[in-house]
Amino acid sequence: MSTLIRERVPVRNTPPAAVRPQRRRLGRRTILLGGAAVAWLLGFIFLHGTATLNLPASELTDLHRTLNQVNAWVADNRADNPVFQYLLTPLRSAVDVVANLFTGIFAASTTGLRLPEIGWLGTVALLGWIAWAAGNIRVALLTVAVFIFFGLQGLFVDAAYSFALVLTAVLFTLLTGIPLGILAGISARVSKVITPVLDFMQILPTFVYLAPLALIFLIGPASAVIATVIYAAPPVIRLTAHGIRGIPADTREASDSLGTTGVQRLITLQLPLARRTIVMGINQTTMAALSMVTIAALIAAPGLGQVVVRALQSLDVGTAVNAGLSIVLLAIALDRVTTAASRRAEPGAARNRRISRRTRYILLGAGFVVVLAAIQLSRTMLWAAVFPKDLNIGPGIVDGVTAASQWLQTNLFFLTVSLREGVTNGVLNPFQSLLTDTPFYLLALVIIAVACALGRWQLGLVAAACLAVIICLGLWSDAMVTLAGTLVATSVVMILGVIFGVAMGRSNRVDQIMRPLLDAGQTMPAFVYLVPFLGLFGATRFTAIVAGIIYAAPVAIKITADGIAAISPTVMEAAVSAGSTPWQIITKVQLPMARKSLALAANQGLIYVLAMVVVGALVGAGGLGYDVVAGFVQSSLFGKGLAAGLAIVFLGILLDRMTQAAAVRPARKTAPGKPVRH
Amino acid sequence: MSNPDISVRNLWKVFGPGGEKIPKDASLSALSAAELLARTGCNAAVRDMNFDVGKGEVFVVMGLSGSGKSTLIRCLTRLIEPTSGRVLVDGKDVLEAGTGELRELRRRKMSMVFQHFGLLPHRTVLDNVSYGLQIRGAGKAQRYAKSREIIELVGLKGYEQHFPDQLSGGMQQRVGLGRALAGDPDTILFDEPFSALDPLIRRDMQAEVIRLHKEMGKTMVFVTHDLSEALKLGDRILIMRNGEMVQCGTGDDLVGSPADQYIADFVSEVPRADVLTLKWITGPVAFGTPADAPVLAAGTVIRDAIPAVMNSSCPVLVEDAGRITGQIDRDSILSVILGTEAAA
Repeated sequence: MSTLIRERVPVRNTPPAAVRPQRRRLGRRTILLGGAAVAWLLGFIFLHGTATLNLPASELTDLHRTLNQVNAWVADNRADNPVFQYLLTPLRSAVDVVANLFTGIFAASTTGLRLPEIGWLGTVALLGWIAWAAGNIRVALLTVAVFIFFGLQGLFVDAAYSFALVLTAVLFTLLTGIPLGILAGISARVSKVITPVLDFMQILPTFVYLAPLALIFLIGPASAVIATVIYAAPPVIRLTAHGIRGIPADTREASDSLGTTGVQRLITLQLPLARRTIVMGINQTTMAALSMVTIAALIAAPGLGQVVVRALQSLDVGTAVNAGLSIVLLAIALDRVTTAASRRAEPGAARNRRISRRTRYILLGAGFVVVLAAIQLSRTMLWAAVFPKDLNIGPGIVDGVTAASQWLQTNLFFLTVSLREGVTNGVLNPFQSLLTDTPFYLLALVIIAVACALGRWQLGLVAAACLAVIICLGLWSDAMVTLAGTLVATSVVMILGVIFGVAMGRSNRVDQIMRPLLDAGQTMPAFVYLVPFLGLFGATRFTAIVAGIIYAAPVAIKITADGIAAISPTVMEAAVSAGSTPWQIITKVQLPMARKSLALAANQGLIYVLAMVVVGALVGAGGLGYDVVAGFVQSSLFGKGLAAGLAIVFLGILLDRMTQAAAVRPARKTAPGKPVRH
Repeated sequence: MSNPDISVRNLWKVFGPGGEKIPKDASLSALSAAELLARTGCNAAVRDMNFDVGKGEVFVVMGLSGSGKSTLIRCLTRLIEPTSGRVLVDGKDVLEAGTGELRELRRRKMSMVFQHFGLLPHRTVLDNVSYGLQIRGAGKAQRYAKSREIIELVGLKGYEQHFPDQLSGGMQQRVGLGRALAGDPDTILFDEPFSALDPLIRRDMQAEVIRLHKEMGKTMVFVTHDLSEALKLGDRILIMRNGEMVQCGTGDDLVGSPADQYIADFVSEVPRADVLTLKWITGPVAFGTPADAPVLAAGTVIRDAIPAVMNSSCPVLVEDAGRITGQIDRDSILSVILGTEAAA
């Protein structure tokens, strides 16, 4: 019955809480923060260098050795443990079958001449046609151009591998994600269970589950796809649920008043109205999948990611840029096609078309005949199966970029090195030593005190638990190195966020210029950011931090800009009519009113910077990221890498909870009465 | 009423935790709304409501916002689950109905028109109107034929293939009306259907409802906060305040003998001569009135009686059910008009 009836929750007029003088609450926060700062400084000065829990890179704790044995245990039991026999191994085979099917079609068959089933010409024609059918003729042309360019770059097979893996992962993600999202949209109970799981999946840095997955599912396409599904599922689940739940109450009530059953409501009302949001979810999932498939190169997933990783390891900037360029192009093509598809899915989009539905179907049918012809050609002619080698401009790009990078490094030496050294010695090193050289017990207490000040004592407990886990993992010192880098990067991200966010929020023109850039920044896979900065600054900690900043800044800027743009125009008008200067408006109206967005921007900025920690380690960052990467490479460090991954997770939870608490309870001078107890 | 279409008995709707106890507890149910909220944290949107709606009647529920009228109308088909009481439709209690029975009731007996239309944006006008028929399993040809008929009836012919966002507010509400009519229900419920429209369109739509009522003779329950709309449409009007019924009667009754000061204030601005009938000003037949003086029915609205009284050289007789009940003259009519002016 309950599905048919909508309980109306009355708007309850909470009686104005007795406004008390806020001196006590504010006092507690000030005392906690001030005391923590003083204790920290005193501790740093007098206890400098004691109890730092420093663990050299090659040394292990007992825990790490135990984790190493897990590795061996899994290898020994893979064949006969029932969990593997009946659950994990069949799962792996199923994923492998689909992945092999797609890679066999587009990239290379596993047998014989290693030619793909439909060759490059067939692939280009088929994908172009799909883009046309799902989107429009413009994105179809873009798709064709991009895939032909892959051939010119000499990377067609790698790109086809990446594409096939993305396709496999997206397929699995949608098969599980959309039904889950629908369930979560319909049932509040499912939603309540699923939301914290999704939250956790999203703050989990991608690299952290690569090693365990590779351990369980072995390295190769199957684990890459499974890791990608884990990473890419949250957006589509969330957006599907959001779309279904976001149906206007009056429309839903009108449908109920006509006596719809639950299934009828889903089919006639909820799915059609949520269609556009669901397709947006598919778009985000596809972008996330591409990002993850690239990263999964670290566990031997074939494709463009492999080319980038190999180039990064040998510091070959030219090759890395060439492959990075094709990743960006693949990202753009996937983004444009899925965006066009979501436009097509908009309710009522059909009536604004220039050609009638029937003409379109006839044209599509004719196009498909061409596609079949192209596929047939690519199965019979070698020139249509393998991209002609003499049409290769790849080496030219590689050499050109390498030369340019060398030129920059030699001629801008003065600029880049002085910037790098200045920031490293002036900010990064002092801050890092402040964190790493303070005795661990003191710093832990300081962090717990800050947590208590930001939230209530429960947050202090969470902080204490996270720190305890990090200490137990034996990686305190590395964690502090990572924390230092993360905090520095996040500060810069926030400065950028406020500057550009305010500019965008205040001016439509700036917004129109910035937004496509930010969108492009967000759709690019994490790896790609490293490449140009590697060319400019060489492999150092500084490069890693810059990459993190560039990765995280778009999110922070967007959230800030949206927060400022969302301030009611009436308030702004009132402020202007009171004679405020622009500066006064920014500092006294816009920033204070957007403070929730600012806190959210800080939160997301931190999570994004943290997600780049491991990627940054590929170009010279130390700390936990280095441990994780080392764990991939050396089996004797496997346990330590796993522990470092866990430490990143707990560092992430700690920072996420603390910034979220700051977002919920921002510092303000007249807080409403006593906090309501839940 | 001999054979009411809908009978509501002791209907309660209490929002808030533990609300189901309040109707049964005499000490709580007697409390005023503010006291109840303070004591229990509950909000009684509908309190002990009793009324009957006759077949073919236009029954108007009127009240200010927050008086519980929209909750009341939703309780009739359990779009909001009532807390206690009975709602009898064709002698069967809606509150006892199972899921399937309730669905049948909504599909065939009672349709609703909403304030914000509640149209499905992804469907054309034709598909919106035929939605209810589709839900109950009618075939495509059958439902389209019926819907085209209805679309013509509500004056939207030619707009079948338009989408809701291409129509003006008034036309959108015609679609909503068409959707409610398409299922050929016995009763149509209107929840402030014209509040979102501008005044001229509202007048057209009111005329439309009056026309449809005359043509189809459906029972209508009409919720509004607009007194003039209530007086214009309603055979009888129920006035609600804080979830309670204050008065229920014809427009004539409300204006002529308001139950309390609240109603009196409410109707004070109504031009009384437009609403009151002759029975309210009929005086005893005077000695000198000739027996062949003009005769008017007691149900005549005062304003309509003015020409007859003006043209007559003597007072006009009033008859009710074939019997002369008294007389009116220029003075009695002028005093009504003056009274209105004075009150305003």
